[in-house]
Amino acid sequence: MARYGMVIDTAKCVGCMDCVVACKTENNVPEGFNRDWIAYETNGVFPTLTQEIRSERCNQCDNPPCVYCCPSGASHVSEQGGIVLVTQDECVGCKACMAACPYGARFVNPEGYADKCTFCNHRLENGELPACVSVCPTYCMHFGDFDDPESEVSKLLKSRKNHPLIPAAGTEPQIYYLV
Amino acid sequence: MIFSRRKFLQISSATFGTAAVATSLGYFSDTKKLFGKEIEEPVKKTATYCNICFWKCGAIAYSKGNKLWKIEGNPLDPLSNGRLCPRGTGGIGVSSDPNRLKSPLIRVGKRGEEEWKVVTWDEALNFIADKMKTIKTNYGPESVAFFAHGIGGNFLKHTLKAYGTPNITAPSFAQCRGPREVGFELTLGQFIGSPERTDIENSKAMALIGSHLGENMHNSQVQELSKAIENGISLIVVDPRFSVIAGKAKYYLPIKPGTDMALLLTWANILIKENLYDKEFVSQYGFGFEQLVAEVSKYTPEWCYIETGIEPELIVNSIRELAKNKPASFVHPGRHVTWYGDDAQRSRAIAIVNSLLGNWNHKGAFFQPTKLSVPGYPYPEYPKSEKGRVDVRGEKYPWAGADEGLTNEIRNASITGAPYPIKAWFVYATNLINALPNQDETIKAINNLDLMVVVDVVPSEIAGYADVVLPESTYLERWDDLNITPFKKPFVGIRQPAVNPPDDQKDNWWIAKKLADKLDLGHFFPWNHIEDYLKFRIEKGGFNYSELKEKGIILGTNKPIYIEDGVANEFFTPSGKVEFYSTQLAEKGFDPIPKYTKHEEPPAGSFRLLFGRSPVHTFSQTQSNPILQEMQSENELWLNIDIANQYGLKSGDYVKLKNQDGKISNKIKVKATQRIRTDCVFMTHGFGHNSKGLKSVFGKGASDSALVTRYKVDPLMGGTGMNMNFVTLEVGV
Repeated sequence: MARYGMVIDTAKCVGCMDCVVACKTENNVPEGFNRDWIAYETNGVFPTLTQEIRSERCNQCDNPPCVYCCPSGASHVSEQGGIVLVTQDECVGCKACMAACPYGARFVNPEGYADKCTFCNHRLENGELPACVSVCPTYCMHFGDFDDPESEVSKLLKSRKNHPLIPAAGTEPQIYYLV
Repeated sequence: MIFSRRKFLQISSATFGTAAVATSLGYFSDTKKLFGKEIEEPVKKTATYCNICFWKCGAIAYSKGNKLWKIEGNPLDPLSNGRLCPRGTGGIGVSSDPNRLKSPLIRVGKRGEEEWKVVTWDEALNFIADKMKTIKTNYGPESVAFFAHGIGGNFLKHTLKAYGTPNITAPSFAQCRGPREVGFELTLGQFIGSPERTDIENSKAMALIGSHLGENMHNSQVQELSKAIENGISLIVVDPRFSVIAGKAKYYLPIKPGTDMALLLTWANILIKENLYDKEFVSQYGFGFEQLVAEVSKYTPEWCYIETGIEPELIVNSIRELAKNKPASFVHPGRHVTWYGDDAQRSRAIAIVNSLLGNWNHKGAFFQPTKLSVPGYPYPEYPKSEKGRVDVRGEKYPWAGADEGLTNEIRNASITGAPYPIKAWFVYATNLINALPNQDETIKAINNLDLMVVVDVVPSEIAGYADVVLPESTYLERWDDLNITPFKKPFVGIRQPAVNPPDDQKDNWWIAKKLADKLDLGHFFPWNHIEDYLKFRIEKGGFNYSELKEKGIILGTNKPIYIEDGVANEFFTPSGKVEFYSTQLAEKGFDPIPKYTKHEEPPAGSFRLLFGRSPVHTFSQTQSNPILQEMQSENELWLNIDIANQYGLKSGDYVKLKNQDGKISNKIKVKATQRIRTDCVFMTHGFGHNSKGLKSVFGKGASDSALVTRYKVDPLMGGTGMNMNFVTLEVGV
């Protein structure tokens, strides 16, 4: 078994949105919507400031409220890799998942189904990295298998201080940010 | 919980260690399944290079039928390393831009009214050729000026040179990086060039002055920066705005705008006073060090604090950090450096501080670029001009570049008719209305012309003033000249069309060749199709043309680029040394060592207008690209939060800006932030379009260019310092 996740290095990220653009073209994300986005967190008073810039998306949670609340079973966890996916044909567009997600990661595609990051599972099938990871000009994004202690992502988590997003929500997110 | 029955291929963790490398191009034989939908069209991969900015990254375009799907970096390319910047990744949007020019247009209304009749290419080119012949007869060929940006201008440049004009120019010198090249040439006898010869990747400490790397996405530089961060580089960021890169700095110096020279000269003084400079380098290569010591001794950290607002301790610690890491440390020369009209001298001060660090040609500072040798095409000799350039003449701006010329001086000649009249502008891919300071002067010059031709892909502001507009195919639809860029590794790149132009757009080479025919200059194009030209050059250089077409990039043999691997120091100055003291400058009556002069400060209630780059847009060229427009559809006014509170403004409120000359901007959204000083405001350049043809972006955001009415010309090289404008806020709009 594998547990796919990401480790994103905020020391390198410049917030350029290449990940957002690459996702857009790779997945034909409809106009007005994005599956990933950039968040800025600035603290302090000028000129003594700190800043964290993050590339954010669905956290592919281990304890995914969006899956639990789905009345049709469209939202599900993939057998391989633990990726939270939506079967488009089964989705009724009720938005329960959107309400349940603490990260605002989902939207209703104009075609009527809940849409979100898939970790580019169609690329994974071809042995390619997710589009956002493969395009990043700062090499700040790392994708891999947390179940494998020898994987790059597992090693990075051990070697650097890091945090996931909103851990208090109890969703067990699988994206970690190196600080 | 319902689990998917989808079968995943087993992927080992090792698969994710490196990105998949595209080695073979062409058609995939099988169709792929994407989200349950069969893709009918096979996917075609075309190796090309990007044109979203001047960096020219190698890329692979993916298309299905005549429709672009996506574009990725070419892993063979030393500039992109297989990764494009966000603009490059969103580059396919240029093809689907709803505002695109579709067919040639001839003006029917007044200049600037954007009233046109649609004509054929023959009609358009005949119109231009007739006018050009008349101008040649009445005024001489020199009275036609050519303004171009980017490699796409090469063939038109050839036609215009064959026609007989030496007046070929680009805003990249006098409105951008000219002062930097002059400052370094005067000091070291070598210029910086593009891409910059900065070895960020191996650097241990780097100072950026007003250069917001990461917001300006010069791809290789950003990639190298990331590697340097991984290796623990110390960053020193000097900026009135807490930029993205400031957030990663060990030392952030929140400088008062306009006082950078004070900091640089103080840094030089500290290096000398504290004996931190590279004594061996200075004694072996330095010229006029004693004069420098005497000149800069007055610039103390305490004095500098009063000028710049930077705490003395921060001034001292930051330069000590650079000194500690020498020679793998440097002050970045910047790129867009036309700020205050003493910019060449400021760039000289940067070159001097670097020379005190002894970092020239050293790994981790400045490398010697290397370039693939590919012969040119054997053309007939161009006619010689007796009159010479109209813009670069004698003593007026002694270090004006004869290569790129002075756009602003050509504009002046168009207005005044002196030293001789300019009667036609031929403009390629540069939106001069927004690139040059003072739009009224540009429009005044245009109104004096007998002919104004614009080649562009969208109806830019400058196209709106044309007599004839020629619609060009986008870089994803056309062939172009070879990309032979000096960089760390020698290489050649090819641009070839991934899809066909959707309407009656044409490639620039075709336009240039057809126009040459109509000007009776057909013999200057002794080839039929651009591929004949490309193939000739590549094969003459000893390379395989088919291989180039397939791979997109051919690499040459690496050469030494650092002292560490065998480069020898050579300085092409009059003394053959690094000139701390410049006799060249002294002879012409300029300061032989840079001096600090105060620049005018904004009056109470006014703010200095600063402008810069966004990572998702290039100049004023890309705002209507639908993908990039979605990433950023308007610019924001960065306003210190305390000032915003004083005005009762919060983020998202709209204001207008009024400058010292009474110019009022479009409305612009406030970004109330801690991330900027209280004496300046900032916006990204390129927004606030007012061309009627750019329907999808018309009036979105404010134009910094419209507010840059005041500028100061650099007496050394003719560059236009543009950070001289002060604005007040118009609230309640």
